[in-house]
Amino acid sequence: MDFLDYEMLRVIWWALLGVLLIGFALTDGYDMGTAALLPFVARTDVERRMVINAVGPHWEGHQVWFILGGGAIFAAWPFVYAVSFSGFYLAMFLVLSALILRPVGFKYRSKKPDPKWRSRWDWALFVGGLVPALVFGVAVGNVLAGAPFRIDGDLRSWYEGGLLGLFTPFTLVCGLLSVAMLVLHGSAWLAIKVEHGPVHDRARRFGVIAAIAAVALFAIGWAFIAWGGIGFRTVNTVDPMGPSNPLRTVTEAAAGGWLANYALYPWMIAAPLLGFVGPLLALLGIRRGSEPLAFTGSSLATVGIISTVGLSMFPYILPSSIDPRSSLTVWNASSSETTLFLMLIVTVIFLPMVLGYTAWAMRVMWGRVTTQEVTTSRDFY
Amino acid sequence: MESLDPSVVDLSRLQFALTALYHFLFVPLTLGLSFMLVIMESIYVMTGRAIWRQVTRFWGKIFGINFVLGVATGLTMEFQFGTNWSYFSHYVGDIFGAPLAIEGLMAFFLEATFVGLMFFGWDRLSKVGHLFVTFLVALGTNLSALWILIANGWMQNPVGATFNPETMRMEVTDFWAVLFNPVAQAKFVHTVSAGYVIASVMVLGIACFYLLRGKWTAFARRSFVVAAAFGLASSLSVVVLGDESGYALTDNQKMKLAAIEAAWHTEQAPAGLTLIGIPDSVARTTNYSVHIPWALGLIATRSLDGEVTGMSELVLRAQERIASGQIAYRAVEALKANPQDAAARALFEAHKRDLGFGLLLKRYVADPATATPAQIEQAAWDTVPSVPLMFWSFRIMALIGFAMIALFATAFVLASLRKHMEARWFHRTALFAIPLPWLAAELGWIVAEMGRQPWAIEGVLPTFLATSTLTPAALWTTIIGFTLLYGGLAVIEVRLILATIKHGPVEEQDPQPEPGQLPATPMTA
Repeated sequence: MDFLDYEMLRVIWWALLGVLLIGFALTDGYDMGTAALLPFVARTDVERRMVINAVGPHWEGHQVWFILGGGAIFAAWPFVYAVSFSGFYLAMFLVLSALILRPVGFKYRSKKPDPKWRSRWDWALFVGGLVPALVFGVAVGNVLAGAPFRIDGDLRSWYEGGLLGLFTPFTLVCGLLSVAMLVLHGSAWLAIKVEHGPVHDRARRFGVIAAIAAVALFAIGWAFIAWGGIGFRTVNTVDPMGPSNPLRTVTEAAAGGWLANYALYPWMIAAPLLGFVGPLLALLGIRRGSEPLAFTGSSLATVGIISTVGLSMFPYILPSSIDPRSSLTVWNASSSETTLFLMLIVTVIFLPMVLGYTAWAMRVMWGRVTTQEVTTSRDFY
Repeated sequence: MESLDPSVVDLSRLQFALTALYHFLFVPLTLGLSFMLVIMESIYVMTGRAIWRQVTRFWGKIFGINFVLGVATGLTMEFQFGTNWSYFSHYVGDIFGAPLAIEGLMAFFLEATFVGLMFFGWDRLSKVGHLFVTFLVALGTNLSALWILIANGWMQNPVGATFNPETMRMEVTDFWAVLFNPVAQAKFVHTVSAGYVIASVMVLGIACFYLLRGKWTAFARRSFVVAAAFGLASSLSVVVLGDESGYALTDNQKMKLAAIEAAWHTEQAPAGLTLIGIPDSVARTTNYSVHIPWALGLIATRSLDGEVTGMSELVLRAQERIASGQIAYRAVEALKANPQDAAARALFEAHKRDLGFGLLLKRYVADPATATPAQIEQAAWDTVPSVPLMFWSFRIMALIGFAMIALFATAFVLASLRKHMEARWFHRTALFAIPLPWLAAELGWIVAEMGRQPWAIEGVLPTFLATSTLTPAALWTTIIGFTLLYGGLAVIEVRLILATIKHGPVEEQDPQPEPGQLPATPMTA
């Protein structure tokens, strides 16, 4: 198959990386948004139980998108896995600690009737939702701004930044945008999944705020990209079929460089457009009381915002801010052709199966969570 | 070129050992209990008797409390390769990453998607439908173990891959060899059976606790019978398959086998098995040893005339490979400077199998090509893992393995004779046996992973080169952080399991005990 040459496989895996990240944000995203909202949209024990049951049966499956994302980066983009996770070391530790609290919070919360016990786990769930959402956004901001790493002759990476250096005005905007996007998605899900009543009303109220915040923050982020001195470009020519060795790319900082692709490929403008239209649609849906429209809007917002990042940066995956020869791109950071091909076959077989049974599981649990169900059913975590 | 702080290696190893051993407290119970739930629920579906529903739901509750920590700590494991072992990730990601990704796609999605239905779906699914969901969870869990152990088996026996000087990493040449790696297959069946034993001992022990107390006896009797049958089958297989795992070492990790046996020198065939003794790593001899003639030869080579190579002879062989590795290293450096250098390419091709041995010298010199004979000898002796640790870990593990067969054989006989309700001596024994298989499993991890040292990937990448370029301060932060978090969660989990056991297998009348008004103060208040 000539079509599936090394260059094509790399582009496919770059796209699949996007699919995984978007899959994660679309599914586990609303779980995180819901958890971040938990202490605010639900005041009584029964209300909190309802919110938890709205995501309870599914969050575990959704979390696998994150785990699969990690595994797929390891297998298809080993350089990206090695450089980013060791570079963002303490940030990763924060995310992992927060994510560890989440499963435990979901499952241990109701094991004791003690209100203090339950309230503590509710806050653990809040942390498990908010912290990863924030840190992921900050991390994406740092990827856009370039990370301070060098790769030496043995292709070992050296990182020259600390935890605090991750937080700049631009990366904070990205972090807050990520929170707004996922809170919007979470409130849209709660509006669909919880019976009409106080929780439902509060979720809608937070949804309105999150939608407006998402539009504003996305606009600010876009302004940073256009005029904030952010962006990179490649100076030398690179062989898209060549062996994966980052030291073959010479990169220089280029203010506004992340907008170059939109001139080259005008169709890409669809992504940032979705990033603006999505939250507005969600807002419209919430105001009109049309929950499917609100959820569609929040989903489109997620797709638009994430693919804006990916498309703007193409072919970069992780540019280096300090060494012109160390940047990781689609052409220099992938696995071997054999591994990419094998993994593609596995994905083509199993991903549709996963989507199929996830849909079935959703159907089994379909319907709104009600006060009645929460107070009588024995089946909960 | 900067050098790594040596304490980074030790701290990274400490962190990996802590998080892996902790993760491995929960995973085996998940593996075994999930299949025991399938058995219990199958009986419920076939007989329709409420008592079996009670049995299934009670153990399901214990399963849930345990499962969640397995998942939570597994998150750390997956990302730790990138955070703490980033050079490892670069060096072998092309092969090692694939089984991890496939695990997520094929196994973990299955397990995690259906575990939600398992807990929330009792009233929404038919009986058979729910059983099917339980089965899928068990299948997913066990498939997960398969892929993880394929990845781990590759670290023990790195087949189907070769070093590419252009990308400075190992790349796949034969994925089937990775999949059907005999070490991986042997490890999988041995580890999974060990999980089944752990679950059986837990179920048996708690059932015996109820029998001792005279509480929930109808429930306890049924749990006892399932555990006795399942436990006997799995304790037999864990020992037989463990032997298979040892047999696999004969070809692939002679050094690990020699260290387990404290065989300092090659013995004339047929080799005797050292039952016990006190290995002395300084004098390189084993004192006060008691031998069983012929047994080692039988176990390790399945013959009376095969011999087991001793450590001293293996070290000599390592020296030869290090010398060859120096040539390979020099060739790689030449190829880095000029990829078209045909002479260097030819040298590299001839010596590439030993490149990893050349890298062992990096502990002593920046450029392995300049090492002195003394340094080469030192590096060769580095290939010997901690002999007393291997020797004793293996023996205690094996002893527990045989004790488990005795325990379950007794349980099985008692149940067959219908004497299992009154044998109080046995109830006490089974209760005290609960921690033993966990101890054996952790020791098994030590034998497998410490026995692999000094290699991250056997013969390919030394552990001390595999770390990330981190600071000791960053590592201490995460070690302390994880220890506090994990420690707190362990206390909570154990308390919850004990409370659940104390509460007993009652089908709760009031599933949502009224907690009163939650204060629920918003964060600003």
